[in-house]
Amino acid sequence: MKPFEYARAGSPSDAVRRYRPGTMYLGGGTNLVDLMRLGVAEPDRLVDVSRLPLDAIEQAGDRLRVGAAVRNTDLAADPLVRARYPMLARAVLAGASGQVRNMATVAGNLLQRTRCAYFQDVGRPCNKRRPGSGCPAIEGDHTNLAVLGASDSCVATHPSDMAVALAALDAEVHVTGPEGDRIIPMPGLHRLPGDEPERDTVLEPGDLITAVELPAPPPGASTYRKVRERASFAFALVSIAATLDVGSDGVVNDCRIALGSVAHVPWRAERAERLLIGGPATGAAFLRAAEAELEQARPLPRNAYKLPLARNLIVATLEELAP
Amino acid sequence: MDITLKVNGTPRAVDVDPRMSLLDLLRERLGLIGAKKGCDHGQCGACTVIIDGRRANACLALAVAVDGSEVTTVEGLAEGDDLHPLQEAFIEHDAFQCGYCTPGQLCSAVGMLGEPGPSAVTGDLVVDPDLTPEEIRERMSGNLCRCGAYVNIVSAIGEAAP
Repeated sequence: MKPFEYARAGSPSDAVRRYRPGTMYLGGGTNLVDLMRLGVAEPDRLVDVSRLPLDAIEQAGDRLRVGAAVRNTDLAADPLVRARYPMLARAVLAGASGQVRNMATVAGNLLQRTRCAYFQDVGRPCNKRRPGSGCPAIEGDHTNLAVLGASDSCVATHPSDMAVALAALDAEVHVTGPEGDRIIPMPGLHRLPGDEPERDTVLEPGDLITAVELPAPPPGASTYRKVRERASFAFALVSIAATLDVGSDGVVNDCRIALGSVAHVPWRAERAERLLIGGPATGAAFLRAAEAELEQARPLPRNAYKLPLARNLIVATLEELAP
Repeated sequence: MDITLKVNGTPRAVDVDPRMSLLDLLRERLGLIGAKKGCDHGQCGACTVIIDGRRANACLALAVAVDGSEVTTVEGLAEGDDLHPLQEAFIEHDAFQCGYCTPGQLCSAVGMLGEPGPSAVTGDLVVDPDLTPEEIRERMSGNLCRCGAYVNIVSAIGEAAP
């Protein structure tokens, strides 16, 4: 591991003041420390923000404000989250292991890097790790990589479960930085790779996430489902966060669908949502919406299996949520 | 950098390189070799210790980042010659073969028993579930056992659960 300086920030503004090029903020470290050991991340300086007083979950009217340093375990165990945002609790519980969730923070979960094997192997080219060096995944092993929104430069996926639920919930990410404070809506924190795959998010250098704010829960039933190669402690092949509100006349009043592990971002299925809202809550309508969403997909030879998987997962999940 | 930890109840002051993991600190500097280095990537759970009451992968924690914390390793579970109830249950149920993962399994189980709330297999999220074998398996999924002693590990933990 490359040598680095370490300092603990006393406050969010102190953390931002300490930022200069080469600095990385340290949360729970479950991804960053591993990437440093692999030589993928080589910060000159770590500013530890894991003990900042950003660890509260607070109700504000019908909204919920979750501090950036709240541990994943505490988010999923919070009574309000369990009762009002079950999709979020389920998404967090679907990720990682008990040990990792005890360490990992909310902001760190959002900013974790892709698990693309080429990104994690410094012996191989990777446009995300070394811009311009190429993407061996397109010709190589892309079995669990993106089918939606990828580019010729990068087919990486974002690995988070929690971010998928936050994208479906229209969460807001509160950020402080050298240029002041701002709010970034979800989806919208993460960006498609385009020709700058080294940028996972729209954050600027020195930006620090301070909180995630959840609007009032959407109406209707909601859930999170994850398909993976083993029953626990594995990244998703495809996952879904969905809500469905159906009126007594059988018409869909509201619907939110976000897909995980299919794109460089948590993928909000806006096409499918638009088709469903105002229409019947039937299996045929769910299938039509799923197929319309996935028409935009550009699968590679070894990840085309994700399309029927995503289609069936959307239909099965909406059928489960329908009254 | 100078840091101070309370390890198994004893204050320890050490000067560490910022790159050193808590696991390497415990094993290489403090002589506590119970926590094992399996994968060094947070995937196997052999290094599990309890930091400020919570189970964690010691390989993923930088020693400097846990400055001021209380750490319990497998060496700190017993009280003198009296084994921890989970240690007794592991012996009773023959919950290991080679033993390499056992310190991590024990610390993980101790931490897990203090973590109420739902898991990924819980039906009703609002009510804290009973610790069924299915719940134990899910909650212990961060600890691998290459000998495959899982069946007996689950029954040992089930017996020791309150």
